[in-house]
Amino acid sequence: MKQLLSFIRKEFYHILRDKTTMMILLLMPIIQIILFGFALSTEVKNTEVAVLAPTNDEATSRIIDKINASAYFDVVATIHNTDEIQPIFRDAKAKLVMVFEDHFAERLRKTGKAHIQLIADATDPNAATSFTFYASNIIASYLQELMGPVTNPYQIMPEVKMLYNPQMLGAFNFVPGVLGMIMLLICAMMTSIAIVREKEMGTMEILLVSPMKPIYTILSKITPYFVLSCVNFATIMLLSVYVLKVPVAGSFISLVVVSLLYIFLSLALGLLVSTMTNSQQAAMLISGMGLMLPVMLLSGMIFPVENMPIALQWLSDIVPAKWYISAVKTIMIKGLGITAVLKEVAILSLMSLVLVGVSLKKFKIRLE
Amino acid sequence: MNNIPQIKSGKVISAENLTKKFGNFTAVDHISFEVERGEIFGFLGANGAGKTTAMRMLCGLSIPTGGKGIVAGFDIESQTELVKKNIGYMSQKFSLYDDLKVWENIELFGGIYGMKDKEIKEKTDELMKVLNFENERNSLVGSLPLGFKQKLAFSVSILHSPQVVFLDEPTGGVDPITRRQFWELIYEATAKGITVFVTTHYMDEAEYCNRVSIMVDGKIEALDSPINLKKQFNATSMDEVFQQLARKSTRKAD
Repeated sequence: MKQLLSFIRKEFYHILRDKTTMMILLLMPIIQIILFGFALSTEVKNTEVAVLAPTNDEATSRIIDKINASAYFDVVATIHNTDEIQPIFRDAKAKLVMVFEDHFAERLRKTGKAHIQLIADATDPNAATSFTFYASNIIASYLQELMGPVTNPYQIMPEVKMLYNPQMLGAFNFVPGVLGMIMLLICAMMTSIAIVREKEMGTMEILLVSPMKPIYTILSKITPYFVLSCVNFATIMLLSVYVLKVPVAGSFISLVVVSLLYIFLSLALGLLVSTMTNSQQAAMLISGMGLMLPVMLLSGMIFPVENMPIALQWLSDIVPAKWYISAVKTIMIKGLGITAVLKEVAILSLMSLVLVGVSLKKFKIRLE
Repeated sequence: MNNIPQIKSGKVISAENLTKKFGNFTAVDHISFEVERGEIFGFLGANGAGKTTAMRMLCGLSIPTGGKGIVAGFDIESQTELVKKNIGYMSQKFSLYDDLKVWENIELFGGIYGMKDKEIKEKTDELMKVLNFENERNSLVGSLPLGFKQKLAFSVSILHSPQVVFLDEPTGGVDPITRRQFWELIYEATAKGITVFVTTHYMDEAEYCNRVSIMVDGKIEALDSPINLKKQFNATSMDEVFQQLARKSTRKAD
């Protein structure tokens, strides 16, 4: 026991003395949450709109007012002829130009038909789809107003309700994603680097010659990173609840249990990487390329897995983060308990067992 | 009952036809030798001769493919843990942690070898005095000159009073004066009854050993005291002895 304690203390010295790395590890979740939360927002908010209305009448000004009043849009420019449209896009003054027909209100009144052209900057196709859709909705709502009380006896009114995330906040999607990524990064990458560093420095030999049990070496290597991961978990939770206003709808205990399981799995993964490599750079590369990219691309954090080719969908099934993120979403966003994520828990447990088994076996072989 | 007599007869290491094969390659080829308690045993050989592999087997790091070895009274194959408790080891790569302070390194290795806190503290104070390190107690090891580090590493490797200490090229890259001081530490250790098993590339250091073995291509080609070896090979220095033997090597250095 004394062996283990001496060794764990040593690992803490290593981490505490390496101030740069420690700052990176502690600040990374904060920076990522802020980046994803504010800078890399996929939500449509305050999209700049330019308006071309040759005839300024009560219908056009009502629609423009409604557009301007919505949180999605800001009317930033009023232009007077079609030649001005190109420069607007070229200079990135606006993402959307609304072109009203001549005598808009008059046509609407007399023929019951008037046209508005929506010209969108589709360099970001997802955003363009969203904001043109919002604009059409606003126009439709004006029409509704105009018609007044219902005249048509047949009406189908779809009532759309956005469950779990009524405000359609992106944060609900990426908080679980960032959790899945940070844990993996800290546990797997840092653990593997810490073990491989001993090999590279030659101190591993000294440890192997000593009566120190290999399992103690492993335990003391993972303890500090386990603590760090818990700190990061707490940071992300606090930021998400108090800064991003993403509440933990379900049981917090379940969330912690699933997260501990995932941390354990990541540590085992780090151990496995460390048995495969002999240099810190290789360990970093394998963790970075082999673990980070799949998490970013295949876990459903950024790109929906359902749209991927079948082969990639299969591949995504072996990415542990996918299951963890799915479980976190269920508990944190949908507000369900541990019983709702039994499948994920089972898969993560199985993966952990396999990883721990393989890496312990490999670690032992290497000693001989 | 084979394990115990070595202590009585004063033999701390005994190897009998010790062999290690990696596939078709025989790194260590049936070597046999014995080392007496308190002896300084020089283990010489060109790079790739099989020194390190042999040493790793004696330390319990590597399982022999043939033969038998007893170290500190314990079988290197079946009693690895007991062997490890009773030996010290210092490698050619520097063996302390650069980002730990001097006293933290001592505390760590004391803890790993299961020493009591009080004992560690006493030993630390004693070491600081003997090595004249009082001012460096709180320095990070990485900031010390190489010679200091090597002396400290050696002292830490015998902190737990092992029966035998294995030194793998301990003085590589160290200046002659520090090497001299290093050897004084080795003599002090033997005076306390610690057996020293040392590999080196410096032939002047071979002269400091009680007995020297020279390995060529996995086999021990010569084993005797430096004086006898010089007589046997009709040479004026250990360097000449080594040159004559090493020339026979057909193996490429690694």
